[in-house]
Amino acid sequence: MPAFLAHPVARFLARRVVYSAIVLLGVMVVTFSIVHLVPGDPVRIALGTRYTEEAYTALRAASGLDRPLPAQFVSYVGSALTGDLGVSFRTGQPVAVSLADRLPATASLAVVGLVIALVIALPLGIWAALHEGRVSDAVIRVGSQLGVSVPDFWLGILLITLFAATLGWLPSSGYTPFLEDPGGWLSHVLLPGLTVGLVAGAIMTRYIRAAVLEVVSMSYVRTARSKGLPPRIVTLRHILRNALVPVLTIAGIQLATILGGVIVVEVVFAWPGLGRLVYDAVAARDYPLIQGAVLLIAAMFLLVNLVVDVLYAAIDPRIRLS
Amino acid sequence: MSPETADGPVIEVTDLRVAIGRREIVHGVSFALHRGQTLGLVGESGSGKSMTVLAATGLLDAPASRVTGSSVLRGAGTTQLVGASPRTLRAVHGNEIGFVFQDPSTSLNPLLTLGRQITEPLEVHRHLTRRAARSRALELLTAVGIPDPETRLDGYPHQLSGGQRQRVMIAVALACDPLMLVADEPTTALDVTTQAQIIELVRDLQERTGTAVVWISHDLGVIGQVADDVVVLREGAAVEQAPILDVVDRPRHPYTRELLAARPVLGHPGPAPADADTPVLLRAEELDVHFPVTTPTGRSTVHAVDHVSFAVRRGCTLGIVGESGSGKSTIANVLTGLVRASSGSVHLEDTDVLAARGSALRALRRRIAMVFQDPFSSLDPRVRVDGAIGEPLRVHRLAARHGGRDARVRELLDLVGLPEAFASRYPHELSGGQRQRVSIARALALDPEVVILDESTASLDVSIQAKVLDLLADLQRELGLTYLFIAHDLAVVQQMSHDVLVMQHGRTVEQRPAAALFEAPEADYTRRLLAAIPPARPRVAG
Repeated sequence: MPAFLAHPVARFLARRVVYSAIVLLGVMVVTFSIVHLVPGDPVRIALGTRYTEEAYTALRAASGLDRPLPAQFVSYVGSALTGDLGVSFRTGQPVAVSLADRLPATASLAVVGLVIALVIALPLGIWAALHEGRVSDAVIRVGSQLGVSVPDFWLGILLITLFAATLGWLPSSGYTPFLEDPGGWLSHVLLPGLTVGLVAGAIMTRYIRAAVLEVVSMSYVRTARSKGLPPRIVTLRHILRNALVPVLTIAGIQLATILGGVIVVEVVFAWPGLGRLVYDAVAARDYPLIQGAVLLIAAMFLLVNLVVDVLYAAIDPRIRLS
Repeated sequence: MSPETADGPVIEVTDLRVAIGRREIVHGVSFALHRGQTLGLVGESGSGKSMTVLAATGLLDAPASRVTGSSVLRGAGTTQLVGASPRTLRAVHGNEIGFVFQDPSTSLNPLLTLGRQITEPLEVHRHLTRRAARSRALELLTAVGIPDPETRLDGYPHQLSGGQRQRVMIAVALACDPLMLVADEPTTALDVTTQAQIIELVRDLQERTGTAVVWISHDLGVIGQVADDVVVLREGAAVEQAPILDVVDRPRHPYTRELLAARPVLGHPGPAPADADTPVLLRAEELDVHFPVTTPTGRSTVHAVDHVSFAVRRGCTLGIVGESGSGKSTIANVLTGLVRASSGSVHLEDTDVLAARGSALRALRRRIAMVFQDPFSSLDPRVRVDGAIGEPLRVHRLAARHGGRDARVRELLDLVGLPEAFASRYPHELSGGQRQRVSIARALALDPEVVILDESTASLDVSIQAKVLDLLADLQRELGLTYLFIAHDLAVVQQMSHDVLVMQHGRTVEQRPAAALFEAPEADYTRRLLAAIPPARPRVAG
């Protein structure tokens, strides 16, 4: 065993990284198979009306589709790992470039959405659980039920009507890169972020409430009270920390979902995110782009999961030390 | 503690009543407790013991609960705890009153270091710096007998045994040198030997610090080892209140007499010895079980059962006794096929238990039944009693004839002393003792020859345990059952067993007929186990 694996935390992390790599390889098998499983000949589809016998043979050879499958897979994995995801049938642009173009917008939306969701869900969920059965709990529960039920496009239109059309405080659509103009970035990302964040926040409020409720009944919370600790410390140090593990799980899922593209919100706000790119690629049967996007989204899911696992270990010594 | 308060009681509780909604749960309990004294509060689960003390100390937080009466704490000042503000109570909790709760596996926060959990009250009440609090925590861990305390300060609860966790709880409770310690069933979840150590520890610390102790227990035997005075609670009312010697020697209330009789003390006569020519029904030879486990230092194997042999004669009971981790439950799991033996053999008459497959295995499963420890988790909460008892009949396609199964269920309920009407109840409508009777009825459904009783009475109150033990003895006589009676409590084993196997760390320590073993134990370990059982006479009797 290598020396750096002597520490249990290092071994825990190493194991997670290896698992993620295995899953990613599995995803590559799937994305690779897409091209070979779908009906129709991808080369024909790519050529479309430009089809001639010579063009067909040339493109087939150029894209390596005339080689045996295992060889194709090996070279696919090899080039994917070096960032070469092929060329879009539709635009002729390298897939990696198309994806990289969209990634900042999607990441902005995901991070802002998650932050808004947490800002809403943490205090409300904790408050509702600590006041279980009271009026405030009922109000929060009804509110979160409403938030879960509201369709996001409608919420988006509502927010545009209010903040853009009526009050004129924020732009109704578009995207400005953070590095070009941080203020413009913020004003553009707020409304779509709020749309995504309100929905995710409503879901997370319910999870946080349930998680806190479970912890509150634990004996160690009574122990904490029996020490005469101030309620703030009991809540933050003893209740919240223990409730955080299930909360992290759901926050991770929400983040990964937004990262994978929230197509309706992106359409409503004319947001240049991954969701719309994937939608357009599917509509045009742009297989290289679909492959690349699926791979990227899967990789982001795995990364988020990895981070969540690391945070689990940071919070819980039972995971860290066993 | 200041001298002017040294003579009066530390806490004086008068006519304490607790109501939840409109229902009164505790009906006017009064007691007083002096410095250095221990008050034992005894009663069955649901008698209101914990609720009385939590209400008297202001720690009760049940929704819609209302506490009336008076509870005066005389510490630095005089504080009325009933109706006190949260702020006042916080200044008392952890400072003038320390608390130790029942289950040490859940009463420490799993995510905080032990040091942090001990220093918390010191920082809040004594305003110690982290550094000063830490050195006090080290002192406390040493005082409660945690080995290698310096390292343990940065360790976590899951790295400790149950007994050690309870020691840490005691360290937390005593951190601020409280006037009073509330110990709510602090040893109920522990092995007998660990229980004896915890009792010693609390007595020892009490002698040094003069802390007054309220000790809550369902076991009058334990109370006898710790208490000066006793309050016997039944259904929220004090039925008897006297010094421990009076309670033991001159109990006035019939309920007190019942609790006294239920104490698991040594010397209860065991079953009459079996004839020497009684044939052996179940025989295990050189049974050996390894488990692979992953630890921070890599994979290793746990030797759960190490070449253990035993024989049980038909209609007799073999008591298997040992502490947690001794491998006794692993033996039960091997016999029922839940765990695979690494080597060795088990025969039920001529049938090889470990090699049985297919129809032979199904036939075997009818001959060996098992009753588990926890009556709360061993019954499916969504299945009615008749469903639970009838399930083995259904699985083995027995008594399938119309109405035949219902008749059999009624018969079984009658056998375990439950009314027929219980057939349509759900587990949550039953008490712990009733549930365990249902589990026994379920085990008997298939007319087994061998019944494995794995700590089947360990999680019951002693008074309920006594009744279930009587039931088991009756059933053995009536049905000629053969028992494998697995328990950590030697007193109970003595009462039930013809032969006894004492185990430690997966090995046989001693294996002999019960009468001989209890008469003259040969192994040191057996003697230690025997010494740990609370004796019949209270400690103050000398």
